[in-house]
Amino acid sequence: MIAVVRFGGSNCDRDAVRALEAVGLDAEIVWHEDGLPADADGVVLPGGFSYGDYLRAGAMAARSPIMDDVRDAANDGVPVLGVCNGAQIGCEAGLTPGAFTTNASARFQCEHVHLRVENAETPWTRAYEEGDVVEFPIAHGEGRFEIPDAELAELENDDRVLFRYCDAEGNITEKANPNGSTGNVAGIVGESATVAVMMPHPERAALPLLGGTDGQGVLEGFA
Amino acid sequence: MSAYTATVTVRLKRGVLDPEAETTKHALERLGFELEALRSTDRFELDLDAADAERAAERAEGMAERLLANPTIHDYDVDVTERE
Repeated sequence: MIAVVRFGGSNCDRDAVRALEAVGLDAEIVWHEDGLPADADGVVLPGGFSYGDYLRAGAMAARSPIMDDVRDAANDGVPVLGVCNGAQIGCEAGLTPGAFTTNASARFQCEHVHLRVENAETPWTRAYEEGDVVEFPIAHGEGRFEIPDAELAELENDDRVLFRYCDAEGNITEKANPNGSTGNVAGIVGESATVAVMMPHPERAALPLLGGTDGQGVLEGFA
Repeated sequence: MSAYTATVTVRLKRGVLDPEAETTKHALERLGFELEALRSTDRFELDLDAADAERAAERAEGMAERLLANPTIHDYDVDVTERE
């Protein structure tokens, strides 16, 4: 069972369950105060505005008790995926390096973006080929990936960048960077490739009715 | 034990873009003000009791490290004053 952790202010939790079910996975919403069920064999930290984005997006949820369970599970090899607010929570909790902060535009942005698959050797990207261009929606005000240069170099050396924002042809350009993210980085993995965070929403690109299924590949990382 | 107020000021590290501060600066310029730069900070005032000012500062630093600041993007400083 994939546990989709609901915090106060999560709002992509039901979408995540529906999308996971669409790729044949069993998923359940777990209220954060109830702790992580022992039989969880995957964890989604869904999007939303947990704790009203007080202090910084994800700051409060990252320090809630269930995150100790999530950290333990991640250390045991249980796959963990943080999307949007879940990505902010993952970075704030130290599951992944860097931070997601205010978009360069200083605006909330809700649009479709193109992403280039940078590493197809992870559970989250093995459904794609390296260099594939996929289309996912974004919906965030604080999605600009910030990381010190030395840490970015380390991430790149270790091939831990999953996706970069690109144009429709796969070119990594400033214009194709919706939020000013360092290196156009849209998603990364932690020290273990089984832990991933990304600002774009794979679960919103997982049902044909919603105009595309490019995101299914990411969710299949739990299979 | 004495009563202290520890003031924690959290600011973006130099070089980290602050779009909200940029927008605020532009708004000031539209109002006719002249300025070279604008930086915004978060300031937290913590009332606490401690044996001495040094202990009070240590606790406030602990709070900044664990929650109030994000070391990836922020610097912070702590100033402790005795409280009446």
